[in-house]
Order: sequence, then C-alpha cells, then structure tokens
Amino acid sequence: MALLRCRGLRKEFGGHVVLDQLDLTVAEHQVVALIGASGSGKSTLLRCVNLLDELDDGTIELDGVDISDPRVDPDQVRRRIGMVFQAYNLFPHLSVLDNITLAPRRVHRRGRAEAEAQARELLDRVGLGAKADAYPDRLSGGQQQRVAIVRALANSPRLMLLDEVTSALDPELVGEVLAMIRDLKADGMTMVLATHEMGFAREVADEVCFLDAGRVVESGPPEQVLGEPTQPRTRQFLRRIIEAGRL
Amino acid sequence: MTLLDHVPSEAQLRRSAYRRRQTVYSVLVAAFSTAALGTLLVIAVTGAPGWDRVRRSFLDPEIARDALPTVLSGLWLNVRLLVCCAVGALLLGLLVAVLRTLRGPVFFPVRALAAGYTYTFRGLPLIIVLYLLTLGVPGLRLQGMPPVLVLGGIALVLTYGGYLAEVFRAGIESVHPSQLAAARSLGLSYRQTMRHVVLPQAVRRVAPPLLNDVVALQKDVGLVSLAGPIDAVRAAQIATAQTFNYTPYVVAGVLFVLLAIPLIAVTDWVTLRAARRQSGG
Ligand SMILES: Nc1ncnc2c1ncn2[C@@H]1O[C@H](COP(=O)(O)OP(=O)(O)OP(=O)(O)O)[C@@H](O)[C@H]1O
Ligand SMILES: [Mg+2]
Repeated sequence: MALLRCRGLRKEFGGHVVLDQLDLTVAEHQVVALIGASGSGKSTLLRCVNLLDELDDGTIELDGVDISDPRVDPDQVRRRIGMVFQAYNLFPHLSVLDNITLAPRRVHRRGRAEAEAQARELLDRVGLGAKADAYPDRLSGGQQQRVAIVRALANSPRLMLLDEVTSALDPELVGEVLAMIRDLKADGMTMVLATHEMGFAREVADEVCFLDAGRVVESGPPEQVLGEPTQPRTRQFLRRIIEAGRL
Repeated sequence: MTLLDHVPSEAQLRRSAYRRRQTVYSVLVAAFSTAALGTLLVIAVTGAPGWDRVRRSFLDPEIARDALPTVLSGLWLNVRLLVCCAVGALLLGLLVAVLRTLRGPVFFPVRALAAGYTYTFRGLPLIIVLYLLTLGVPGLRLQGMPPVLVLGGIALVLTYGGYLAEVFRAGIESVHPSQLAAARSLGLSYRQTMRHVVLPQAVRRVAPPLLNDVVALQKDVGLVSLAGPIDAVRAAQIATAQTFNYTPYVVAGVLFVLLAIPLIAVTDWVTLRAARRQSGG
C-alpha cells in the first residue's frame, strides 16, 4: 500500500500557480527524488505534504488517511513526518542535545533521561557523540545538517522529507550528509528528497520525478528518467545540468 | 593552547615586544589625559566666582547627614515600587506582544485590543495616566478601592507595559520564519513553538533594551509622589523646603545612581552572557 498519495495538488501564491494538478505516490520503504529547475515547486510540494503550507486543491493521504482534511490536527500529522531543510534550521539557543530532545520531550512527553539516551545513541551512530553539548554555531555545515537529520529522526517518523539538504554545503561536506541518507535508505526509511545532486539521485532513489511548472512531467526509475528521458523538457533540463557540470 | 616545545620565531618576538610597548604607551597617554582633564575641571568649578555659594547650598555635609534617613525611607518606596512594577510591566508587555502575534479571525478582537492598548498607552503621557488612576478612579467611590499607591503602580505598569510590549514584539518578529517552520515540522504546537523556540530567542535578543526600559522605569516610579506617597525625590523636596538648601536633592540623586549601577551592571552581564552562550563558550 502507498504510504503517501498526493492527488491533484494545487497551490497558488497570489495568482501564481506553483503546484498544478500534481500527483505523487510513494510506497513504504521507497525513496523518491524530486528534480527540476529552481522554482519548479519542489520545496512547495514538500511543505504542503508537511502541512506547513495550505493546499488550494487536491488531497494528500498518509497511511490511507486524508491529512488534507481541515479537521485533521496538523500537529499530529507532522509528528509522523520528519522534515529537513536546506538551511538546517537548528535552534541556535539550544545545544545539540536539546535540539534533538525538544520534540521527544515536549511532543511525545518522554522523560529527559530517556530522550537524552536515545539522542546520544543516534548521535553516536553518526559520529557526532562528542558534539552533544555544543551549540549549533560551533559546528560545521555538514555537522549541523546531520544534527538536523538526527533531530527529525528522534520523532521516529514514518516518512522523511529532505529539501535540498546538501545544497548549502561546501563540496567536501556533502559526502558525510549523503552517507547518512544512504544509511537511512538501508534501514528502510521512506523518503522524498528534493535534490540537485543528480548522481546521488541516480544512486539512492528508487524513483525520480521531474517537476516542471508545478507538475510531474516525467517519473520512473533513475536510469530511465536521467538516462533516456522521453519528455523534451526533461531532456532540456538534463542538458543544462550537464553543461553546468553537475551530472 | 600553545605547545610547550614551541619556540616563537624572531618575527613573533618582535611583534610581541612592539605590542607590549604600544600597551604601555597607551596606558600612559590615557592616565595623563585623564589627570589633565580632571585638574582642569576642578580648577574651573572651584575657581568659579559662585563656587562657595553653590557648595554651601548643594554640598552641605551636615544637611546631607540630616536628610539621609528620610530620603532613604523614600527610596525604599521607590525600590519596592520598582520591583513590583517592573515584574508587572514585563509580564503585561510579554502577554500583549504574544497576543498580537496570534493569527486567525477568532483572535481578531484580542489582537485589536492588544494593538489599541499599545497605541494608547505609548501615546499617553505617564503623568496623565497617573492622575486618571490615582485621582479619577477613587472618585468613583467603588467598594474595595485599592490604596493610591497600588493605583499609581497600576498606572506605571500600564504605561511601561505598552513600551515593553513593543520591545518584545520586535524581538518576536526578529526570529526568522524558518525557525517556526522547523519547530512546527517537529510536531510542536503553536504554543510550544512560542514557548520553547521563539520566545527564548526573542527575549535574549531584546534583553538589553528591556532592561534599559527598566532603568527608565526606576526614575519614573517616583512620579507616584504626585498622588501623595512620599518617594525619595519628594522626601528631598520636603527637606529642601525646611532648610532652604538643595543638598537633599544631591543626596537623592547620588542614591538613584547607586541604585541604577547594579541594574545597569546586570544589563551588561546579561548581554555578554547571551553573546557568549550563543557562541558556545
Ligand atoms: N511563500 C511564498 N510566497 C510567494 N511565492 C512563493 C512562496 N513560496 C514559494 N513561492 C514561489 O513558488 C515557486 C516555487 O517555489 P519552490 O520554492 O517550491 O521552488 P523549488 O523547486 O524548491 O526551487 P529551488 O530549487 O530554487 O529550491 C517560486 O516561483 C517561488 O517564487
Ligand atoms: Mg526549494
């Protein structure tokens, strides 16, 4: 059964249509990569799925339940979805440990000791155990982004949404974050990730969706969409990417 | 951390020596210029033709000693009022600022009320609020009317609450929307987001201007004496009227500064600590 099913999504910003009749289905344990030019609506789609932006039309089902129904408590939905942002968005006034335990303690009402033990275990697993008591601005960009991923994982989400999580990073720091996502895939995490890293999309994604003007123009296995695209707009996009040396 | 076996290079030794010389030199310059300016000031003031008269009517040690107890007991009123009003105004300001951030049509009346409050009380001179509350309200002859001192305190809280609400609001708005998005994406409710993510950052950012307003409040609490209660300045005024000597005012002024110093020191300390914690040290 599909874990996430979006049907006919529409989103406008002041008359400008950003998502237009968009359909997307993600099965459990599947990794879907969203690619597309800047402004094609990738971030907007992820924000709508996480109910951070309100839809103008269409439905979103998570685990078979319509979460776009206004009677659904969005806080309840967001607890089951982890989201990671391009700019990390760690809380600067909290230590790494407090960033990670905030939601487990306040949302899931776990005890401090239990939440911290879980957080330390997650940090150790990604090699950041020594940074538990540091404040975010003492970490490198790659470390901050890995903490942000750990923070989202501490909620034990059903689904992870990753919005260009490496595009603010120096090239030598990209690898450590991608390695972490690779591990998540190996653990069976269901993920939707917007990315400009075509090589990574090809490697990690089960399915690649090419977005253009708010629609999924082409989707399929990475070899097909990135290797032998059928749509002219996909070809054009990939040609530009190759010219920019990013494939 | 310097390695123990590190031998500084020739160039580093020369740089250190130069910096030491520069430090000694600037300390000497500072000391000399301070001494010169101080001497000049003392000569100018004490050499003025009216200095003896001024010293007698403003700096009379005997009158200062006599006035000290009453001025001090007046000051005790200032301190108590300051503490109560500062706490009250900070809480009121925070509440109003948070109410003004609420979105959605349900909260329109609350928002409008909060906005109307800040507009009114930031525009209204404190003296008028004081008179309205301490003279107007008792005129209603209602049952269980609080004493004038409490009414005066309420006037101060209302006025300063208006200023502080705007400071808090500026702090809240300075927190980037992406912080809200991050908090909400973790499943925190609006209230939890405010309480654990937005307000801690906002308050830290505006702590210096908040405390600055508290220092200003410290000087304004004395205005309740317009309605009767005797604060330090009023006590000094009474003493002056009895002796025809202004020394009690100087006594009150010195006490006010002494009272402000710890508050200002706390302001600086809070600012410094916030900066240091943010940078993780
Ligand atoms: N809050 C908003 N208000 C108005 N317009 C918006 C808002 N958010 C996004 N948009 C517009 O929606 C369009 C799609 O934006 P979106 O951020 O989803 O694109 P994207 O595919 O993520 O691009 P990028 O690769 O640059 O991140 C853009 O034209 C953008 O200007
Ligand atoms: Mg984007």
